[in-house]
Amino acid sequence: MTNATTPHEQDAGAALAERVRQASADATPLRIAGGDTRGFYGREVEGSVLSVREHRGITFYDPVELVVSVRAGTPLAELEAALAEHGQMLPFEPPRYGEASTVGGMVATGLSGPRRPWAGSVRDFVLGTRVINHEGIEQRFGGEVMKNVAGYDLSRLMVGAQGTLGLITEVSFKVLPTPGATRSLRLSLPLDEARLRLVEWGREPLPISAAAWLDGALHLRLEGGPSSVAATRARIGGDELDNAFWSALRDQRLAFFSEGEAPLWRLSLPHRAPTLDLPDVDESLMIHDWAGAQRWLRTELNAETVRQACQAAGGHATCYGPRPAAIEPFTPLPEVVTKYHRNLKAQLDPKGIFNRGRLYAAF
Amino acid sequence: MDILYDERLDGPVPKLDKAAIRDTLRQAIPDLTLLHREEDMRPFECDGLSVYRTLPLLVALPDSMAQVERLLKECHRLGVPVVTRGAGTGLSAGALPLTHGVLLVMSRFSRILEIDPEARIARVEPGVRNLAISEAASPYGLYYAPDPSSQIACSIGGNVAENAGGVHCLKYGLTVHNVVKVEVLTIEGERMTLGSDALDAPGFDLLALFNGSEGMLGVVTEITVKLLPKPEVAKVLMASFDDVEKAGNAVGAIIEAGIIPGGLEMMDKLAIVAAEDFIGAGYPVEAEAILLCELDGVEADVDDDCETVRRVLEKAGATGIQQARDDAERAKFWAGRKNAFPAVGRMSPDYYCMDGTIPRRELARVLKGIAELSQRYGLRVANVFHAGDGNMHPLILFDANREGELAVAEALGGEILELCVRVGGTITGEHGVGREKINQMCAQFRPDELATFRAAKAAFDPRDLLNPGKNIPTPARCSEFRTIKSAAADTAQQG
Repeated sequence: MTNATTPHEQDAGAALAERVRQASADATPLRIAGGDTRGFYGREVEGSVLSVREHRGITFYDPVELVVSVRAGTPLAELEAALAEHGQMLPFEPPRYGEASTVGGMVATGLSGPRRPWAGSVRDFVLGTRVINHEGIEQRFGGEVMKNVAGYDLSRLMVGAQGTLGLITEVSFKVLPTPGATRSLRLSLPLDEARLRLVEWGREPLPISAAAWLDGALHLRLEGGPSSVAATRARIGGDELDNAFWSALRDQRLAFFSEGEAPLWRLSLPHRAPTLDLPDVDESLMIHDWAGAQRWLRTELNAETVRQACQAAGGHATCYGPRPAAIEPFTPLPEVVTKYHRNLKAQLDPKGIFNRGRLYAAF
Repeated sequence: MDILYDERLDGPVPKLDKAAIRDTLRQAIPDLTLLHREEDMRPFECDGLSVYRTLPLLVALPDSMAQVERLLKECHRLGVPVVTRGAGTGLSAGALPLTHGVLLVMSRFSRILEIDPEARIARVEPGVRNLAISEAASPYGLYYAPDPSSQIACSIGGNVAENAGGVHCLKYGLTVHNVVKVEVLTIEGERMTLGSDALDAPGFDLLALFNGSEGMLGVVTEITVKLLPKPEVAKVLMASFDDVEKAGNAVGAIIEAGIIPGGLEMMDKLAIVAAEDFIGAGYPVEAEAILLCELDGVEADVDDDCETVRRVLEKAGATGIQQARDDAERAKFWAGRKNAFPAVGRMSPDYYCMDGTIPRRELARVLKGIAELSQRYGLRVANVFHAGDGNMHPLILFDANREGELAVAEALGGEILELCVRVGGTITGEHGVGREKINQMCAQFRPDELATFRAAKAAFDPRDLLNPGKNIPTPARCSEFRTIKSAAADTAQQG
């Protein structure tokens, strides 16, 4: 597996810091890239490409501590394989958009998979980061311990900031053991009925770890000890489902994600949000993942309409993937919130060299 | 150094005319309760770390958010510092008043606004007590997971400010993992919503940034927390050991077996004896260390896990293993641990609680280091330890009435924290930096890293009006701290 040109272990930290110092001196904007598999998620960034791929390798892994530290350019697949060898995992199931996906990209975009509502998101498992700041100095926030409240939580702030506040070079995660037993099932149920059942089950300590409604059926995954999984399986019934379904959903390899011309929308909603007030949208054609808290929609409706409906329901909408130039990827922020985003950006990246405009045009 | 606020090291103190400020605030917010007499303000002079105490300029006790908003606007306009206080149970002097600042007390905001069992959330005001949320959710079979030892008294607003933990963090997370949305007011009196009722929100994760920010970035006015279904059962095993290191290794072995206990606590001999003497929890007083391991979840799984843990503990050399027979005995086992601080307090006129976190593998080394420091400084130290997540609470026993003993306790505490940093840990796992650990921040972070923290603060509060002198030290303070440290090291070498 080892390829001579891409070793598993390589510290390119000094070179990255030098590139940032240079960019800072010239005030030239940078476009940070890892595996370049998540470029679609956000606005276009103008700038000279700063590749983090050469900065790779697991720098620390102690399964007994439940902690792993990884350089940002490490392929996600490599990290997951190393954890699997010790029966451990990243509980938030990050989507993998191809072999090249890196740990840095996973953290910068902050996207989580089917287990998210039960286990937590990427940021929930970040314990610490190393970040090259706007002066080209690598700084360390958080650490490799489970509880740490010294200073502001800048590590978690980096998650989902898409590289706009600094260059993430290394991340420490809390990891967990893979569950003892996993079984998946499929229940043919109308959407409304599925929603009711999920609310009911949600109030009980059942070992559910994924719930997605699509194609007229509720797909459930049970994870935990063998005894509780078997008992819950017997109680809920339904047809056996291949566990591989969840990987396909997680990595967006289901037909839904490749078929259709209309822009793809990710709707993030309170899980109980009812059918949205959207004209000519048939919710039974959507994917309702995260027990209804993350819904996927293809529509030609204008962005304003989609966003208003989601905001009215207490959520927000992201235009995910290829989109017409007129559509902003992310829901616009209220004025006061924008002010403090700009302030933070101005404080942490005064020259605007890091991924300028990636999230919003204003910063 | 003045431990309360040192103008030379913490930043300039504004020249304020107390009477004029009182008059201005009274005119601007006529219905706001403002305390100004010494005897009225006395109850607010310290938080849970009572060795640090001072009277504020004024105490504000608002009962509407409109008053808080106006107060912040006025203080911002007048350049008056504001220290926000919840229930005052914090252990790092984070709510220590400033003689030149208004103490903003949020305790009157104690209403639970909404419990939604279907959405499994509770929306509450910041003064609501931590335990009150679980009590209100209980009829629906739900609870709020983070449970700091002070949960009977501490407020959820303070929990957010400190990113409070408790004994169930390894499995259920800290406050930051259990809060989904907060409403905040900025120092300029602007309202912002951080987080959302969905599982994420657009833009930066400011919700994560505000958790644990110690009242330095804004004032939290409303909190929505996640509620969890109560586990079907919880069972506790208590194991005793004749050697602390064996107990430490047993902790790693449990986790290596693929089990994440709901709680995993360790106490050393001094703490065991103190707790047993106080509560009569049934602890083995002859043991050098005990482990309490709680397993919770679906009954069938918990029974399997109890068997596994029992085998692991036997293999690790436990001299005795007891499983609580029922919930009453389980509560008794926990009562000893939850009352460990006051129990130790009975053995000594005063005690000082540390909060370092270390990688678990360093436990034996750190305990040995603490024992050596304890001898060197001539003060006893009892150890209580959230073993599952590496968070230690060494309790230093001292007598404040003996000349200079507080200073010795503080110096010993400082060295324990620096030891935690040296083995790859941190100076605070859950109590916060506050005023107490302001110097040790200089040991944990480099000057340029501290500058980044100050930059983040400046994004929200450029004039440093919110809780100045806490959490993040100035460059002047750190350079003095380093000078003192290196002088002490030189002396030690020569000696």
